[in-house]
Amino acid sequence: MSKSQEPIVSCRGLKKWFSVSAGFFAQLVGGETYLKAVDGVDLDVYPEELYCLAGESGCGKTTTGKLLVGLLKPTGGEVTFVGENLDKVSRRKLRKLRAKMQTIFQDPYSSLNPRLSLYDTIAEPLRLNKIAQDGADEEERVVRALEAVQLVPAADFTFRYPHELSGGQRQRVAIARAIVVNPEFIVADEPVSMLDVSIRSEILNLLEKIRREFHIAYVYVTHDLSVASYIGDRIAIMYLGKIMEKGTIKQVIHGSIHPYSQALISAVPSPDPTISRKRKVLPGEPGSPINTPPGCLFAPRCEFAQDQCRREEPPLEELEPGHWVSCWFPRPPLLLGFDPADALKEKAKA
Amino acid sequence: MSLKVENLVVYYCMRRGDCRAVEDVTFEIESGDSVGLVGESGCGKSTVAFAILRMLPEPGEIMSGHIYFDGEDIALLGVEELRNFRWTKIAMVFQGAMNALNPILRVSDQVSEAMLRHDENLTKEEAKDKTRELFKLVGMDPERIDHYPFEFSGGMKQRAMIVMALACDPKFLIADEPTTALDVTVQAQIMELLKRLVKDLGITLMLITHDLSVVAETCNNVIIMYAGKIVETGSVLEIFQKPWHPYAQGLISSIPSIEKSSDQTLASIPGSPPNLLDPPLGCRFHPRCMYAQDLCKVEDPPLLEVSRKHKAACHLASGRIKDDKWSPGKMEVER
Repeated sequence: MSKSQEPIVSCRGLKKWFSVSAGFFAQLVGGETYLKAVDGVDLDVYPEELYCLAGESGCGKTTTGKLLVGLLKPTGGEVTFVGENLDKVSRRKLRKLRAKMQTIFQDPYSSLNPRLSLYDTIAEPLRLNKIAQDGADEEERVVRALEAVQLVPAADFTFRYPHELSGGQRQRVAIARAIVVNPEFIVADEPVSMLDVSIRSEILNLLEKIRREFHIAYVYVTHDLSVASYIGDRIAIMYLGKIMEKGTIKQVIHGSIHPYSQALISAVPSPDPTISRKRKVLPGEPGSPINTPPGCLFAPRCEFAQDQCRREEPPLEELEPGHWVSCWFPRPPLLLGFDPADALKEKAKA
Repeated sequence: MSLKVENLVVYYCMRRGDCRAVEDVTFEIESGDSVGLVGESGCGKSTVAFAILRMLPEPGEIMSGHIYFDGEDIALLGVEELRNFRWTKIAMVFQGAMNALNPILRVSDQVSEAMLRHDENLTKEEAKDKTRELFKLVGMDPERIDHYPFEFSGGMKQRAMIVMALACDPKFLIADEPTTALDVTVQAQIMELLKRLVKDLGITLMLITHDLSVVAETCNNVIIMYAGKIVETGSVLEIFQKPWHPYAQGLISSIPSIEKSSDQTLASIPGSPPNLLDPPLGCRFHPRCMYAQDLCKVEDPPLLEVSRKHKAACHLASGRIKDDKWSPGKMEVER
């Protein structure tokens, strides 16, 4: 990925507000109340890049993913895909563009139609988008997709049904269905969170392989920062619908400066027992995205919050090339470099 | 005050056959210890916990084996003795805090119910006072004991579940996936709380989870199960650095670590766990094991000591078979 390229997907000031007005009377009197699921998000995703959206539940990461592929209509702001504004193009054009962007969902047990054989499941996007020239071409494309996700020999799988497959195999089918139309952009929404640990890494490695082979850009939605740091190029940390910090994995995970990202990162348990990380336990839980307070959204939970934070909302600023932070008082970088031997000595002392 | 499980066998006897969920499981947990019981879904880890509390759901049954707690065999207790044992000696924090509380009862009523059942001399007021104390202990506002579960957030419900488990001052706590549905920041809070219970109250903790990182941070010892059997057990420090069993090696090498990120490569274990209605002969892991040899297909490897207090159930570890590619330690993988 080089920055000189045009981004394949980008959004500016993206907003999605859901109306949650209590009822008719409340609407008459007080106007409407909104749940601000996504509130002013700017992102640029470059070709063949893996961009992670991370945060706690309810931070708007999934909604952002859906907005980017046009599964939801934004309340404000715009999404451009290969230079076209999704909101402005004609329906016919939109249909064509849609074939170039696909989604992989979290739960492979409910995202596949139990009545369709794998062949029909994978061929459906081809038929909907009228991509295959004839039956033979369709078959060839389906087989190629099955082989790409390592469900081989493909002939053994084409006429099976989802209930005959394990969770990992189902997720492979979901990936095959996404790549069969040769997309340029995929939104993967927590594709491994429902899978067992030993299967998880297989699927992660597969997504990585497909990215290189088919030159696909991903937006990878996850709550798991260790997964993000394993496969991501860049990452945006969201909190209550806004981006708190974004940049490369190295900048954000291995040198975060926003107090929220720092708390989130230090809460991730490490699989290495020799690492005894100084943990900052963040008190409380995320607030409600309805009736958000003025000022910084994170201020109520932030131990460094000052008066300014509660009054004025900090802008998202580029503090070093590519590293954006929305905080009035950024912290010194939280470095995640450890000498395991030192940590071991410390543990032995304790 | 130790817990000793010997040759425990638990089957779920169904019309289409016996599901051999736990087969010949033996382990010991010493007083004051914190032990992680880990494995993938369906490996029998929760079944072991339910068997210890004699709360196996139908049609689960302890087919054979012993569970000694304080020298007493729990597997033989009668109904009345069980009532005195459960919750006062061993209590459990159930999986799925979101749904485990009764939505139409105040939290204080649910907690005091257990106290009043086990202590006839206790008055309702005393039970409430004790509930307030426990709320303080787990870091919640004691004023909120009379609230209903729907007024609590996910993390608070999980704390309330821990309060319920602590109602009768048990010395042994089984926590079944206590952090699974929670966000990382809340997960960190609950883990700190569990660690504090072990350290300050001297509670013995058995933590059941599929998340090895949680075990690495919270426990001293670990038991790794696969398809109803223990494949490896020992201290966390030793097993996470130098696993012996190929399954444990794969599992430990397949978790991403936030510290290492881009330069690491994750291992994976091809295939999926066997159907326990008809488990494979010999070692239950052999169909997925890259080192499997003829002996593995016919003979089940016993759990043998490989170093002090570190046991593995593998013919390679015991030296019965040899493979140049295998050695103890994490797996090296090419990306």
